[in-house]
Amino acid sequence: MLSTEELRRLCELARIDLPADGGAALQHDLDRVLGWVAQLAEADTEGVTPLTHPGDPTLRLREDRVTEPDEHEAFQRTAPAVEDGLYLVPKVIE
Amino acid sequence: MSAPAGWEVVIGIETHAQLSTASKIFSGASTAFGAAPNTQASGVDIALPGVLPVLNRGAVERAIRFGLAVGGTVAPLSVFARKNYFYPDLPKGYQISQYELPVVSGGAIDIAVDGSHKRIRLTRAHLEEDAGKSLHEDFHGMTGIDLNRAGTPLLEIVSEPELRGSREAVAYAKTLHALVRWIGICDGNMQEGSFRCDANVSVRRVGEAKLGTRCEIKNLNSFRFLEKAIDYEARRQVELIEDGGTVVQETRLWDPARGETRTMRSKEDAHDYRYFPDPDLPPLSISPAWVEAVRGSLPELPSAMGERFVAAHGLTDWEARTLTASKALAAYFEAVVAAAGGDAKSCANWVLGELSALLNRLEVEADASPVSPAALAGLVHRVRDGTLSGKAAKEVFEAMAQGEGEADAIIEQRGLRQVSDAGALAQLVEAAIAANPKLVDDYRAGKDKAFNALVGQVMKASAGRANPGQVNALLKARLG
Amino acid sequence: MHALSVAELSVALRERRVSSEELTRLFLSRIARLNGRLNALVTVDEERALASARAADRRLARREAGPLTGIPIAHKDLFCARGWRTTCGSRMLADFVAPYDAHIVERLEAAGTVHVGKANMDEFAMGSSNENSYFGPVRNPWDAARVPGGSSGGSAAAVAARLVPAATGSDTGGSIRQPAALTGICGIKPTYGAVSRYGMVAYASSLDQAGVFAHSAEDLALLLTAMAGFDPRDATSVERAPEDYGRALNAPIAGLRIGVPRQYLGDGVSPDVARAVRGALDTLTGLGARVVEVSLPNQRLAVPAYYVIAPAEASSNLSRFDGVRYGHRAEGAADLASLYRRSRSEGLGPEVQRRILIGTYVLSHGYYDAYYRQAQKVRRLVADDFARAFEQCDVIAGPTTPTVAFPIGRPGTDPVQMYLEDLFTIPVNLAGLPGVSIPCGAGEAGLPVGLQLIGRAWDEAKLLGVAHAYQQSTDWHRRAPPEEP
Repeated sequence: MLSTEELRRLCELARIDLPADGGAALQHDLDRVLGWVAQLAEADTEGVTPLTHPGDPTLRLREDRVTEPDEHEAFQRTAPAVEDGLYLVPKVIE
Repeated sequence: MSAPAGWEVVIGIETHAQLSTASKIFSGASTAFGAAPNTQASGVDIALPGVLPVLNRGAVERAIRFGLAVGGTVAPLSVFARKNYFYPDLPKGYQISQYELPVVSGGAIDIAVDGSHKRIRLTRAHLEEDAGKSLHEDFHGMTGIDLNRAGTPLLEIVSEPELRGSREAVAYAKTLHALVRWIGICDGNMQEGSFRCDANVSVRRVGEAKLGTRCEIKNLNSFRFLEKAIDYEARRQVELIEDGGTVVQETRLWDPARGETRTMRSKEDAHDYRYFPDPDLPPLSISPAWVEAVRGSLPELPSAMGERFVAAHGLTDWEARTLTASKALAAYFEAVVAAAGGDAKSCANWVLGELSALLNRLEVEADASPVSPAALAGLVHRVRDGTLSGKAAKEVFEAMAQGEGEADAIIEQRGLRQVSDAGALAQLVEAAIAANPKLVDDYRAGKDKAFNALVGQVMKASAGRANPGQVNALLKARLG
Repeated sequence: MHALSVAELSVALRERRVSSEELTRLFLSRIARLNGRLNALVTVDEERALASARAADRRLARREAGPLTGIPIAHKDLFCARGWRTTCGSRMLADFVAPYDAHIVERLEAAGTVHVGKANMDEFAMGSSNENSYFGPVRNPWDAARVPGGSSGGSAAAVAARLVPAATGSDTGGSIRQPAALTGICGIKPTYGAVSRYGMVAYASSLDQAGVFAHSAEDLALLLTAMAGFDPRDATSVERAPEDYGRALNAPIAGLRIGVPRQYLGDGVSPDVARAVRGALDTLTGLGARVVEVSLPNQRLAVPAYYVIAPAEASSNLSRFDGVRYGHRAEGAADLASLYRRSRSEGLGPEVQRRILIGTYVLSHGYYDAYYRQAQKVRRLVADDFARAFEQCDVIAGPTTPTVAFPIGRPGTDPVQMYLEDLFTIPVNLAGLPGVSIPCGAGEAGLPVGLQLIGRAWDEAKLLGVAHAYQQSTDWHRRAPPEEP
């Protein structure tokens, strides 16, 4: 069972607000799904290499060349808050 | 500063070396420093929806160079992973890094502190992307985000916790700094953040086997700060423990203005980075042929070159290490020796003495020296053949530094040629003896000082140009 | 005219029996008449569509036209297209105008297609019913009370209702094949790496693959030939010589070994679907193919493996939606943490939030090995099952979905029940194989049933050949939903 504390922690990691109802329905849904996927443990995967990329390819590389022009004006046209070319966020304290 | 009495300071260093590629690690945007905000942030760098990373071959090549230079293992297959956390300078909400399988593992850096040598083993070196910058100047109480630096290629080099005290830490950082510049993978510019060190510092009582709880100190953008921050942090931890407290594992920030470390508030909450293999990037395969090609392109490494200087030229260990602190200086030295046709010891003295002082004064590297290796070799030659006295040679060097021309021209122009003609010197000696009978008597009575005074008289009469060795010999012979 | 296939329209255009402008106006008028009810398209740009139709007509006049010049199409709204909003069916991107074109948008534009607009979808491609769109559910043209399937439900409904002759889609766990089946049209999900993902907003990067909907295997071949191909901007795009996916359309299927997994026509498949699929297999046997039984023993664990892997990748892929550089930003957030939390909570719908949280859980410390790594190992087992099965057969066939289209707002909202809709399609994505769904009969209430054909990697041309042979001797693909149901 997913504890309320665990749900709170997941929401914090994912930067999602806990629902106004305290998350009972959400907790129930997640429990249902996580309980169901837990059946994966039944598979005998001893010695099996995980398949992370279909076809098991290796990485193709690009040459070290500057190819991208300055497009910040186009990129920032849809930005919610910009000033002097900078994206603005509430004050960050280090 | 040494460790507080009875305590040992244990340090491991994580270095972020910015790789000197033209474009970013996963995009074709420029890495040039100092552009206007976000003008070098491509769609990939600002994480537009739908864009994808493609790895820069140049970054991988530099990682291989490093792996070979430190004697590490270059992984035939390494994996890029996502490190997930939210921060405004991290546009994707994850950093592409390497986790379980880094590109380089093992290797070592040899350091020297106070004449004794120590080998510091490396844990690993992995490729990753840099984050952007948060600018805290006031934008109506907001923070501005510049993503020009986002996606700049970094090699994170992790040492084992084998450094003891801030001096070793600084020696390690300096040696590593010289090496990455030497092999041409990083410009080493610390002001621009191209070479950044984080120090993991812990303390334990001398004799204790177990490591203490460590704190990671960030924002160490100079060797001086590295030393001061470690000393401060070690003192803080020792005082804390001696007062009955315990060290809490945390990330701390060096505050150069206050000269102290402090807790980083933004790193306060414990992280769970949820690393997993990046599905956009299949594993990186590096063939043996590629590794060998890179090996073939590596320059002679500073350690090997230093050993060669000791063996071939009879230089001291200190001289060899100092000459190989930068590739430019070492190349300069080798050029001087070649042009001078030997006499490496004198060449080393000049390079490490007058030339280094000049370069420091001008704040330039040896490859930008106003005195060329050939010119310096010409000067060394004139000292060796007796044309110049040591004093006159320094005058000639200064004139060369001022751009007055080659050594021979300056010698002629200023009349600095040493008088070595036996007949001419004999006349000067005779004149000095004749003019100073008292000194002659004193010398004969056993006063050695009087002999030096006679030499001085000869030098004075020659306007400093008489060959002092010959004068000595002539006087000795004449006075019996 | 609107009932013709792309291949037929292509001939009509080149024989100048119709102009692209006329054709585009025809489909635009159908959109104006029918889209309000279906909610299949979320963006329609008449002006731009007509401008590119006229450009296509000029090329047709100069005889510089290719087979797709002048053909109107729509794009699933997760392909970025410059100047149009790319919403992904989400409030988060409701106003996001992409500053660039996706690779397939570029390719299809270069091929001369006329882009009329963007199709509704389950939010960020997460769903099997198209009920998860911020812009409201899409309705099935066969029965407006039923779902069209998802997540590419808008594209499928638009093609099924003949609002456009073809539309692009994306398929992560069945999001092309399942809606194709439920709306009675054809859809193909190519081999992973065949079509560039550049410009396709990611859901689960190792599973996402772009594909296309149309009315015939021949049409799929024409469109896929234009869309597919190497793209250096996607590191998972496979570098291969360009191919003509229609090259095997007329290859005989006599002697072809069709593998039918014993798990595919048993429990969990409704009888009407099983009956239609058996009928299709009989037809193929009649054409000379041979049915062999194969086994995919790890099939059962494919869906749970998918619901670990896809949410894990999604939880990370969707972190970029933070209200800072684009997309929805909550008003008046006092600090950074609340800006993030509120922007994401307001901007992302409940199913998306649920999958992000599941993904966060399975990757988190202490659970990674048991969930994520184990799921990737099971994924290997699923892929190995296919490899073994293909030692005994040339293609695998079975139902695309367990049932025909189900009602919108089906009661008992158990997320797991919805996930099992993709029981037959998900294993194909896990293995990165090509899959096609073609209509093969009528089930309950006369609703369409889909036949899924699965091939070895890069066997698209063979799959399309089998589908084409089937369509040469049947007419299920020509059946259209009632105009005013």
